[in-house]
Amino acid sequence: MTILERCGAQAPTQESRPWPRAVVDADGWRFAASQLAEGLWELLALWAEAYVVHSAVRDPASGEIAVLSLPCAHGGYTALAQWHPPAMRLERTIRDLFGLEPIGLPDARPWLDHGRWGVKHPLGTAQSTAPEPPGYQFLPAEGEGLHQIGVGPVHAGIIEPGFFLFTANGETIVRLEERLGYVHKGIEGLMVDSDLDRAIQLAGRTSGDSTVAYAYAFAAAAEAALEIDVPPRAILLRALMAELERIANHLGDFGAICNDASFAVMHAQCGILRERVLRAANACFGHRLMRDRIVVGGVTADLNKDGRAVLRGLLGEITRRLPRLAELYDKTASLQDRTVGAGVLNPALASQYACGGYIGRASGRNFDARKVIRYAPYDQLVFEVPVLAQGDVNARVWIRIREIEQSVAIIRQILDRLPEGELRAAVSQTDTSREGAAAVEGFRGDIFVWMRISAVGAIERCHLRDPSWFQWPLLEAAIGGNIVADFPLCNKSFNCSYSGHDL
Amino acid sequence: MRNILLESFRGALTEAPPDADGAMLAELANSLNERARERLGRSLSIRQVDAGSCNGCELEIHALNNAFYDLERFGLRFVASPRHADVLLVTGPVTKNMREALERTWAATPDPKWVVAVGDCARDGGMFAGSYAVVGGVSAVIPVDLHIRGCPPTPTQLLQGLIALLQDKKPRNNCEAAL
Ligand code: SF4
Repeated sequence: MTILERCGAQAPTQESRPWPRAVVDADGWRFAASQLAEGLWELLALWAEAYVVHSAVRDPASGEIAVLSLPCAHGGYTALAQWHPPAMRLERTIRDLFGLEPIGLPDARPWLDHGRWGVKHPLGTAQSTAPEPPGYQFLPAEGEGLHQIGVGPVHAGIIEPGFFLFTANGETIVRLEERLGYVHKGIEGLMVDSDLDRAIQLAGRTSGDSTVAYAYAFAAAAEAALEIDVPPRAILLRALMAELERIANHLGDFGAICNDASFAVMHAQCGILRERVLRAANACFGHRLMRDRIVVGGVTADLNKDGRAVLRGLLGEITRRLPRLAELYDKTASLQDRTVGAGVLNPALASQYACGGYIGRASGRNFDARKVIRYAPYDQLVFEVPVLAQGDVNARVWIRIREIEQSVAIIRQILDRLPEGELRAAVSQTDTSREGAAAVEGFRGDIFVWMRISAVGAIERCHLRDPSWFQWPLLEAAIGGNIVADFPLCNKSFNCSYSGHDL
Repeated sequence: MRNILLESFRGALTEAPPDADGAMLAELANSLNERARERLGRSLSIRQVDAGSCNGCELEIHALNNAFYDLERFGLRFVASPRHADVLLVTGPVTKNMREALERTWAATPDPKWVVAVGDCARDGGMFAGSYAVVGGVSAVIPVDLHIRGCPPTPTQLLQGLIALLQDKKPRNNCEAAL
């Protein structure tokens, strides 16, 4: 039986691609919650529209994905988080943005809404309010000898804003509580009624470090909805850009993690390599971060002969230097002393949260959308997905090193087989509204996008789920028992996105 | 280790400094105060504030510290606290949820101070202008001395802007009160 059948769903909507979507009733929703709670299914995403909540779930045994929709006629629905905690912040967000009450939600506090927008439920009924920030109630911490340290939202470095409240016993962190939402820009609100050209630019500005991956995911969802066949050359160029982005980010973070362990040499070396990647990207595609190069239907930048030579040179340099940096990392006792055993994420939590990216894979979760969902062109490329079980900072570093190697191999294959041909397919008009979804593996993990496009080609609703949604809560778990001074190191090894999460 | 170190010193990576950008110099012509310049000499401490960015601008600001751009050779360095800063380097459309934090950071920065708004978003909200969650550009919240455009601006563009800030000596009228 399919997921939808097991939930007693109505017949799936006709317009939804590639995964089916269907309306379920409260019992079907409850059944899905129990499957999630037992760890039989995974929650990929949870989002809302004015009077309906949607959840995308995946059965890891069969690989099947389906979208369940529960109408909320009375403005409320059964909260999944009472059985499946990974839904918690998503349901707080649904309440903030749409005013739909997650009934039974164990946390009554707002999440993205800090009381400063001048409007309540901006994507739902949208009532104007006087901006009157209410105080935020952090969880109580009681016990002898406990003290609290609050940090943020502006941090002492070049990083994004967020607030962290540490409760510590001496040097040891007893609890970390995050408060996010500071960089909420209302991207999903801006999307509504945008045409696809503008909407994909917004998607590419959701988390700047993943601008390629976001545009890639957005384009894939739109192309699924509109049944557009992307030209083969464009499919490969997209993957090439995505792998360059992955390498650049992994290099930057590898150096930055070592820097947080006071090993500046690695930071300098990785910084040089990262800069070379960005320069190669600029030389090949005309933008260092390759922003706005992926569009619905294809790509806007081509790779010429000079570009190929630049990339081959770059891959050669990475192949020469990376093994030596990895060896240096491995043999430097002072580094190992900080990273081995620090910030351990329990594999059971990684699996419960369906935590993606290097965080999940360093804690035994063998999921990489390129391999598992096998979207083109990765179904044709040979690469491995490194997985480790230790779950500490060290494991996350090694996953990144191994992934750089795999990305280099992928780019080589792409260069070898890049066919001549068109860069962009025409975007056809449809006479009905269409729905599409996609999951694309960014450097940080799988980015999930769902959208409905109107008959005139405007966005009716688009949801962008950053991998950080299922990673931020795990940072809270992983940091417990570590010393306060190790927080920057552990945090950097997670490197969750604030902007991608706050949206 | 020794090999890695030696290899990296073979041949200089550091780029020749870019010329200050003409348009930026013109904007600055109205914004800098000679007395302040004399007091500070050719050195500025910079505090970066993300007021709502997508984090793309931060990536390129980070790149200023790599061996190619090596910001510190110009006497420019990033500091951890606004209390130690001469310059606030602000990115992003200012979100409503960050407005107060930005105002407080500005208030905590001692005079004389300059504000450099980095990126198209910081100029006028960029693509996020008009959102219920966004105030707009940085100048909607605190006075701005210099805008560096781009999405994100390249490290070279950032350097041009910051060097312009160091070079320009003309007085800034509306800044008198703050000095
Ligand atoms: S200017 Fe561009 S890179 Fe900078 S914050 Fe805005 S969208 Fe991101």
